[in-house]
Amino acid sequence: MPLETNTILICAGGACISAGEESVKDVLERKIKEYNLQDNIKIVETGCMGACSLGPIMVIHPEGVYYQKLTPEAAEKIVEEHLLKGRIVEEYLYQGDKGKIVPQPQKEIPFFSRQVKIATRNVGIIDPLNIDEYIARDGYFALHKALKEMKPEEVIQVVKDSGLRGRGGAGFPTGLKWEFARKSPGDEKYMICNADEGDPGAFMDRSILEGDPHTIIEAMTIAGYAIGATKGFVYLRAEYPIAIERLTVALNQAREYGFLGENILGTDFSFDIEIRIGAGAFVCGEETALMHSIEGKRGQPRVKPPFPAQKGLWGKPSNINNVETLACVPPIIYHGANWFRQWGTEKSPGTKVFALAGKVKNTGLVEVPMGITLRELIYEIGGGSPTGKKIKAVQTGGPSGGVIPEEYFDTPVDYESLQKLGAIVGSGGLIVLDEDDCMVDVAKFFLEFTVDESCGKCTPCREGTKKMYEILDKITKGEGTEEDIEILENLGNVIKDSSLCGLGQTAPNPVLSTLRYYKDEYLAHVREKKCPASKCKALISYVIDPEKCVGCTACARVCPSSCISGEVRKVHEIDQSACVKCGSCIEVCRFGAISKVTPAIE
Amino acid sequence: MLTEIKKIISHAKSERLEERDILIYTLHKIQETIEGNYIPEEAVKLVSEELNIPLSKVYEVLTFYSMFSIKKRGKYLIRVCTSLPCHVANGREIIKTLKEELKIDFNQTTDDGLFTLEETSCLGLCGVSPVIMINNEYYGDLTPKKVREIINKLKRGENI
Repeated sequence: MPLETNTILICAGGACISAGEESVKDVLERKIKEYNLQDNIKIVETGCMGACSLGPIMVIHPEGVYYQKLTPEAAEKIVEEHLLKGRIVEEYLYQGDKGKIVPQPQKEIPFFSRQVKIATRNVGIIDPLNIDEYIARDGYFALHKALKEMKPEEVIQVVKDSGLRGRGGAGFPTGLKWEFARKSPGDEKYMICNADEGDPGAFMDRSILEGDPHTIIEAMTIAGYAIGATKGFVYLRAEYPIAIERLTVALNQAREYGFLGENILGTDFSFDIEIRIGAGAFVCGEETALMHSIEGKRGQPRVKPPFPAQKGLWGKPSNINNVETLACVPPIIYHGANWFRQWGTEKSPGTKVFALAGKVKNTGLVEVPMGITLRELIYEIGGGSPTGKKIKAVQTGGPSGGVIPEEYFDTPVDYESLQKLGAIVGSGGLIVLDEDDCMVDVAKFFLEFTVDESCGKCTPCREGTKKMYEILDKITKGEGTEEDIEILENLGNVIKDSSLCGLGQTAPNPVLSTLRYYKDEYLAHVREKKCPASKCKALISYVIDPEKCVGCTACARVCPSSCISGEVRKVHEIDQSACVKCGSCIEVCRFGAISKVTPAIE
Repeated sequence: MLTEIKKIISHAKSERLEERDILIYTLHKIQETIEGNYIPEEAVKLVSEELNIPLSKVYEVLTFYSMFSIKKRGKYLIRVCTSLPCHVANGREIIKTLKEELKIDFNQTTDDGLFTLEETSCLGLCGVSPVIMINNEYYGDLTPKKVREIINKLKRGENI
């Protein structure tokens, strides 16, 4: 067998694919063949490596050299220089602050060095389509241990002792959930994986399913054994076609290897898993709605109790866990509860995967111990602001969560601490906002989402959120009053208390939390008709600074409503009555002569 | 077309562990197979008969989920992410450019039957926002210029 001198891991996560991973890989393959290196170099397409803003990414082993922002030309150069001559191509290495090239290998790069990977331990490291690579990383060892050495009750005890809490949002103790399902009477039970991750800004579940599908199969089978189920369903979003494809392949491989199906690993335990595909409804992430959807109905939630553990899918006891929660299960079973507890806090042990998005330099996925501060996450791992503008807040937990202002960035990230601030860990989306983001606009944005996604079954959610949205819309248009702000607060609390399911009960959170910390912005909108972030169109005007304008006519040429006039080399002017506030002029002005002012000029 | 749909339905019945939950699965399959990426009226009737589910129930499900369409869609279904990470990354401009280039609004199809524009929830590619999805392919880190290039290439029948 020829000796492999190099292994190239190339990220085939959704973000890197969209950034041109395939063409990079094609060039690599072609060049490698051209130099007759194909027997010595192995290319592995992995799942998401996490640093999405730097894609396409690859890592060349054994040295672990990390290359980023690749192009087909880069691939050519790397084959010729690195693979052929052993010279590292500096221009595609990770660059730190002020263009400083960070020493290799990958694990020394700040974005990666602070991470502790449990749920995403294999993502970006193995070929998700190759079961042997999963096994080589201790895959299915936990299943073997559970089935051969442990009673179902013991499995549940280990999960309970580990302190693992649901990573989908609510943070309910996983072991306890399993115990309820185990103790619930019934011959037939179901094990369901909630892969309907819908929170805007959270994409860890997609990444795990695409990068390490076997871990979900292994965890579900262990859970199935623990609770006494014979069938499992993965309810997966149709928006994630790559995840569906890879999980389907993995399921077939697992059946072939005897990890699924009849008499798994020679025991008398039989279990199989099927995929059910969603069809675009956010509310289906709620467990009772999800079960209705699997049953082929409208995904509307129902009152709890009875809980799924008592009466779940088709009225049978069922257990539902989220993808990231399940991904933690095999290592917990394999290494034990105390191993897991070495990270995180007393009440929130282990790690959490966060999705960094918005106004931060290194967007992407990071897995860190619970209890890390927001400041460490945003500045040390995320690299801070990409533009140098001041970071104002971070929005956590999507439409169910809230905003946390900069002065609280030293708060440790765990379930209780964030809740005290009026936000939640939620599924782990962190959207960083800077001074250009208007808090009323952010709140309105989430409400628009909720109005759209409310299933319409209960009145507080259906009518109440719509009313809140209308008030927010009025405020952003400069038509709001102080009384409106009071109504928003009252209405928000009523909807929280009286809605049927989690979607409605948390829908007012973005409004209530922005009101808590940024009431001054709301007041500026209603009292002075000002938008402090200069975001709300109705409250701003574009003006030209006569001192800076050189009369280059660039703005006039790009203006879609032809409202900019002036002669060549003379100061230009904007006709406010015709301006549509599209901002095209500000983008093309090379002299910084155009700016936004608030309140708007009449 | 009807025999084709019949085939899809009977196939769906045979390959599942559970027979009770095949409605949404079957609708997805029909939509994937039928040209125009939608579920025509005849198909709805047939599903109702073959699966023994009242017509009203089938429509109830069909209209609840945003991914199903009872209207014929274009060759290229463009789904635009309208979630907050894309919004703060200038997603508004992307939506504006798409509407201007295609001269249609959301849930409309161009006269030549080439493009349909729809909104989508978060595609989970926030690291490269703003993002759109055309049929089953993702496009990230978009700018108005990039969007115009993609549309023009598709109009000319080129691969993107």
